[in-house]
Amino acid sequence: MIKAITTLGRLSLGAIAALGRITLFMGLSCLSLFRPPFYVREMGAALLNIGFLSLPVVGLTSLFTGAALALQIYAGGARFNAEDVVPQIVAIGMVRELGPVLVGLMIAARVTSSIAAEVATMKVTEQIDALVTLSTDPMRYLVAPRFLAGLLSGPALVAVADILGILGGLMVATQALGFNAATYLQNTADFLTFPDVVSSLAKGVVFGGIATVMGCYYGLNAGRGAQGVGAATKASVVAAAVLILAANFLLTAGFFSS
Amino acid sequence: MIRLVDVHKSFGSNHVLSGVNLEVAQGQSMVIIGGSGTGKSVLLKCILGLITPDTGEIYVDGSDVTTTPREAFLAQFGMLFQGGALFDSLPVWQNVAFRLLRGQLKKSKQEAREIAIEKLRRVGLGPNVADLLPAELSGGMQKRVGLARAIATNPKIIFFDEPTTGLDPIMAGVINDLIREIVVDMGATTMTITHDMTSVNTIADQVAMLHGGKVRWVGPRSQVFDSDDAYVRQFVSGSPEGPIETLR
Repeated sequence: MIKAITTLGRLSLGAIAALGRITLFMGLSCLSLFRPPFYVREMGAALLNIGFLSLPVVGLTSLFTGAALALQIYAGGARFNAEDVVPQIVAIGMVRELGPVLVGLMIAARVTSSIAAEVATMKVTEQIDALVTLSTDPMRYLVAPRFLAGLLSGPALVAVADILGILGGLMVATQALGFNAATYLQNTADFLTFPDVVSSLAKGVVFGGIATVMGCYYGLNAGRGAQGVGAATKASVVAAAVLILAANFLLTAGFFSS
Repeated sequence: MIRLVDVHKSFGSNHVLSGVNLEVAQGQSMVIIGGSGTGKSVLLKCILGLITPDTGEIYVDGSDVTTTPREAFLAQFGMLFQGGALFDSLPVWQNVAFRLLRGQLKKSKQEAREIAIEKLRRVGLGPNVADLLPAELSGGMQKRVGLARAIATNPKIIFFDEPTTGLDPIMAGVINDLIREIVVDMGATTMTITHDMTSVNTIADQVAMLHGGKVRWVGPRSQVFDSDDAYVRQFVSGSPEGPIETLR
């Protein structure tokens, strides 16, 4: 019994300590955004990788999700003669929830893993030590450009996901469910409110930040060898996905609970 | 020039450095030998501030390394890492000129490239490798590029971490000669970690042997091969028989 309590205590303390380290790292990452020198070229490369190159996967994911959502809502609504709500529910579902969450999870899979593997490889091959000996702070050279690119790319990708998700719903609704395109778009525009869009983009900022910081954190704290790189990559994606979903709940509660 | 006083460093229950005392005079080439896992790399990393010692003091040019401003302190150093530690995403010339493209020593891109090509020539590489990526180079060429990066800003102090590990004997000889040549020409103070006694013979002015977390023996190169110390004798001869425990 005492052994079980001891183990539970040790695990709890370990989890709290890890949370503390991640929080501290996030704070340092925020500070690094404002401390020169600023590495513009690295920032440009990060924006290209995190933002632009994520467009295909984000676009396709949201397009198919919007289309499937329209089918589901139509079929579900038909049970109580509410088929007409498809445009409204697709819009609110994509903009408030699915758009940001899909973007968050997609960049956790694509970007967090790639950052963690790259930075972890740099760690195990002593490239991080080399950076320091060349008078370059890894927080400013590696973390800040990726973090800022995440903060900027997140809302841009969410905006694309929202639009393509609604477009996916529109395509299915007009081609398979007999909706009129102009009416569908008019209903969508009438139903969406400014806070819906703001909450969606705000989630994009937070999720983009979480995805990039988690990649950098686990990469910089990777263990030795190929196993260390693999473990860091896996842990970064899991942590980013869980934190994104937890942050999504908190943000939704903050924006819409009243 | 470099002085370590009673430096201790442990990782958990593993006491890697247990009171290291060592002095390296200005312009001297100090080679540190010792078995694997005796803390040679940790020692260099402690001097550079990459690892913080648990206790002890480290002075460079009479200044405590913990109180010297970091950028100015690191600007005095060049380091050749064991695996080269070249940045995969940058072409060779940008690796060499890394410090010249940013920070206090920043120069124009054109000037930085010219210096990089000159340093590459210094280590026996032509301008044709300047635009290649590190992955396109052989192990020996990567070491040379690492060496060019270490000397790019003509630092006062250069550290070499196992410069010949993983190289064939001929390439190892070339690297050893290059290091000796650079040390003599630049008048830099250097510390080299190696297991390779040919390197010791070529590079060293002074030799220190680390064992059991302490400096076991220190003396001029001329005495290391005739030392009375049983540990040094065993290490130099590469014999499995002696006071240094070996796993078989």
